[in-house]
Amino acid sequence: MKKTFSIGGVHPDDKKISAGCAIETLPTPKTVYISMAQHLGGPAKAIVAAGDKVKTGQVIGEPTGFISAYVHSSVTGTVKSVGLRKDLAGIPVVHVEIEAEPDEWAEGIDTSDTLVKEIPQDPKFIVDRIKSNGVVGLGGATFPTNVKLCPPPDKKADILILNGAECEPYLTSDYRIMIEKPQQIIIGAALMKRVLGVSHVVVGIEENKPEAIARMKEAIASLAAGSSDYEGIEVVTLKKKYPQGGEKQLIDAITHRQVKSMGLPIDVGAVVQNVATSLAVYDAVQKNRPLIDNTVTVTGECFPKQSNLLVRVGTPLSYIIDYLGGVPETAAKAISGGPMMGKAIANLDAATLKGTSSVLFLTEEQTRRKPETNCIRCGKCAEACPMGLEPFLLNKLARNGMMDELEQNAVQDCIECGCCLYSCPANIPLLDTIRIAKGEVIRIIRSRTAPKK
Amino acid sequence: MNKLLVSPSPHIHSKTSTRSLMLDVVIALLPSVLVTVLFYGWSAVAILASSVVFCVLLEYLITRYLLKKPSTIGDMSAVVTGIILALNLPPTAPWWVAMIGAIVAIGVTKMTFGGLGQNVFNPAITGRVFLLISFPAIMTTWGGAKGFIGGADAVSGATPLGIVKEGLMQGQTLQQIFDLHDFSYAQMLFVNIGGSAGEISAIAIIIGFIYLLARKVIRPYITLSILVTVAVFSGIFWLIDPSQYTDPLFNLLTGGVLLGSVFMATDYVTSPMSDKGGIIFGVGIGIITMLIRYFGSYPEGMSFAILIMNSTVPLINKFCKQKKFGRA
Amino acid sequence: MTATIIWTIVAITVLGVLLAVVLYLVATKFKVEEDPRIDEVEKVMPGANCGGCGFAGCRAFAQSCVEAANLDNNYCPVGGNEVMKKVAAVLGLEVHEKAPMVAVVRCNGTCANRPTVNEYDGIKSCKVKAALYSGDTGCFYGCLGCGDCVAACQFGAISMDPETGLPVVDEEKCTACGACVKACPKKIIELRNKGPKNRRVFVSCVNMEKGAAARKACSAACIGCGKCAKECPFGAITVEHNVAYIDFNKCKLCRKCVAVCPTGAIHDVNFPAPAPKPEKAVPKPAAETAKAAADTAPEPTPAPAASPATDKKEE
Repeated sequence: MKKTFSIGGVHPDDKKISAGCAIETLPTPKTVYISMAQHLGGPAKAIVAAGDKVKTGQVIGEPTGFISAYVHSSVTGTVKSVGLRKDLAGIPVVHVEIEAEPDEWAEGIDTSDTLVKEIPQDPKFIVDRIKSNGVVGLGGATFPTNVKLCPPPDKKADILILNGAECEPYLTSDYRIMIEKPQQIIIGAALMKRVLGVSHVVVGIEENKPEAIARMKEAIASLAAGSSDYEGIEVVTLKKKYPQGGEKQLIDAITHRQVKSMGLPIDVGAVVQNVATSLAVYDAVQKNRPLIDNTVTVTGECFPKQSNLLVRVGTPLSYIIDYLGGVPETAAKAISGGPMMGKAIANLDAATLKGTSSVLFLTEEQTRRKPETNCIRCGKCAEACPMGLEPFLLNKLARNGMMDELEQNAVQDCIECGCCLYSCPANIPLLDTIRIAKGEVIRIIRSRTAPKK
Repeated sequence: MNKLLVSPSPHIHSKTSTRSLMLDVVIALLPSVLVTVLFYGWSAVAILASSVVFCVLLEYLITRYLLKKPSTIGDMSAVVTGIILALNLPPTAPWWVAMIGAIVAIGVTKMTFGGLGQNVFNPAITGRVFLLISFPAIMTTWGGAKGFIGGADAVSGATPLGIVKEGLMQGQTLQQIFDLHDFSYAQMLFVNIGGSAGEISAIAIIIGFIYLLARKVIRPYITLSILVTVAVFSGIFWLIDPSQYTDPLFNLLTGGVLLGSVFMATDYVTSPMSDKGGIIFGVGIGIITMLIRYFGSYPEGMSFAILIMNSTVPLINKFCKQKKFGRA
Repeated sequence: MTATIIWTIVAITVLGVLLAVVLYLVATKFKVEEDPRIDEVEKVMPGANCGGCGFAGCRAFAQSCVEAANLDNNYCPVGGNEVMKKVAAVLGLEVHEKAPMVAVVRCNGTCANRPTVNEYDGIKSCKVKAALYSGDTGCFYGCLGCGDCVAACQFGAISMDPETGLPVVDEEKCTACGACVKACPKKIIELRNKGPKNRRVFVSCVNMEKGAAARKACSAACIGCGKCAKECPFGAITVEHNVAYIDFNKCKLCRKCVAVCPTGAIHDVNFPAPAPKPEKAVPKPAAETAKAAADTAPEPTPAPAASPATDKKEE
């Protein structure tokens, strides 16, 4: 039976028009700009200076604090500058500018294609490799993976969920890696399984990707035949429904456990990792290869050449776009990520990050907001909300700044999936106001609980 | 491409708009409109046209000249109100009745509260009830209209509900009344001459209901809970005393129960948001309707029932919320 | 008939009397004892309930004044010194006069000065826009133009100039309550000394980028060159993070800084204009006129009704 989450959801057209395009390696650009803020948490501190020579895979940024991650050079070459540069939202962030030369890999990195199937026995070794190679969650939030794999001692995971739902329309990068590198993904899963000490791993894939489901099942079967490390890994087919790949929704769909308000997946014994993260874990642990490149889908009906590219971290978006023939005349908006939760790109000169999964071009007609009209109280937003909230009410409360009522009506539970705004027939910018109110309410909740500690 | 658009997510929108939803309701009303026009002829066309025109014109004038805002008639909600109002009037009613109904529906009930989405009561029903109280003679006289099909004898005194009420008041038993008037369920289901324009064909309304469900414009809970409540309530009384209380099928097919439960009680603005709330709302309407039919002085209680329950919607919305994720 | 009327009247009268008694009893039973001076203080308050004083409203402020030992920590920015004197008179306390303040918009990134590179398509809110990206221009620090300050102002003292896309403060209406300062996510608006005859000099830019980048984003940006700081005889100007700031407590309004600023980022307002105002205040002529004015600065002849004309020089 196909599984799905229990409340709400919408069905946007999936438009996976780049699904058939095999992953192609993008030539290394002349200059890369590697951001020090590639992950959730404290930005990394640059440890190189202008003039330094760096090798591919060499550490150039060190974590600052518990939730932070290493950043590695994605090319071999000379550091030109370390300083502020605008990210894709136009906000100045510290970048390391490196002029690229032909690749010369840092020591200890296995660049061969041989599949390493043996799972190291020591969980600490695995976590250290994941940490030192700068692996972060590639499902969107870019949370440092090593932190997520080491839950506090009073909490114990009993299931690892690999997120292969890719429920956002247009995106196909996860789909392509599931087809092209299924064994590596499963080995990555087995590695994380060892770290967490869980016996059960579920790979959740939406029903609209039958080929990925088949490939992943084959990979599991062939690996499980050779080693007992791969027991307890299975693929589950999920219904096509957005936001199936939301962390809380995915856990609900697969285990029927609901993460409490303000809680974390580990509270219900689950850890969720994206399939792309799993692939990065494989590279990091089995090959000692840092996270210096990732698969980026470049797509959109108005874009002439659909593609899935393997891109070095720090490649300017404009370089990728020019490589594929430039920005189409009819494109009105460029989005990093999917159309439901992705971020609009304000600056096409910005460089890619570890978590950049796609560049999507939409036309004026596809994306321009229509004028807001009166709420007709149809309740479609509440019907669509996967968290069971009432967006129409939250919007009104937010516009009037009623913080107590917002908290009572659980604005802090909002996962910003966009279902409410997507389905509103009156084009009310529900999520715009709710998102801001959510931030403020969470700040109030934190400030209330903080002094008690 | 010159300047990149930047906006918060999501970046795409479903194709549903207020206008498309209202258009779907209009389409769902078409079978009823068609049957009405066929069987009541030109007078039905006249009342439909005048009601729609007055509703739309009034909304346009009020938004443009009184509120000095851009006109909102493009959302089609005034058209829906106009059609529903017309279907609630006797087809022989003069045009000025439709005009007064439109003034009450659009002018008083809808626009004074701030237009679409802000009104507490269903505009069309309020218009109808106002007319029913103000002009009882016109509002309860049917017949005299010549249909395009069905011959010249489309003449009838009162609705089945009215005949029954009258008969019971005169001390007749139901058996006697039914024998006298020869009501047939088949006739009620397809075309039942005698009644407000929209009440005459149950099957046309059911077709509209199925269309609305298929297009996901409405959810079935409100409609079904009204119908079930009416059936159960009348069923209990009918079993107790079949000579005094009409049977469930008769109650479902006559009067405005079908029209009201499909098109008027399900109005987004004046009905609860959650499914649970919708069921409470529907049960309330069903009970009040039957109380009025059996024990009130009016033969029909659907409009009053919907209006009364409209006023409870904010309360229902407050207490019937859907279950939140991860909260007990 | 007569009996009915009489009975009706009697019934209503009895009912009225009964309810009056109930109301009286309830009122005495639930009466809250309050310091009567709170009412008195509240009477002299402006009654705007704007919260500019830091209290929930005028009554809360009045209560705090009554309870406080002195008025050092309580000041009503809307009523200013006059109201505070009245409050002090009611309570028999002393009040320290404060110089009147006014909200000042420190951004001159007009449509002409700042080329736009993006177009915003979302809810009209600076807060939302600021959380999303840098804004429509190359300047990350400047005004976003959605008018959160306009919405926050209870006195109708701020409006958006459709031509420049920037907010304009009506200094007659501005009460310096600080609501706009809090509302601005970019922290552009500052409460500054109103100045003698409303004359003020301030740096109309908060861009912390290096000179070249700031200049590229906006032709009227402060590039942090420091010429003004060197020129200032009173040490009122500091340059930090590539942007100059004039301390209004030290500034003596000599306007030497205005003359030397290469980008015209330093604004002087309400000074008499010697020449008819230039149509489009390109930085250079503006600086020149300012310089000319500065030469005769020490005892400037007050120009009545000059304020609206000179105000517009900010364009």
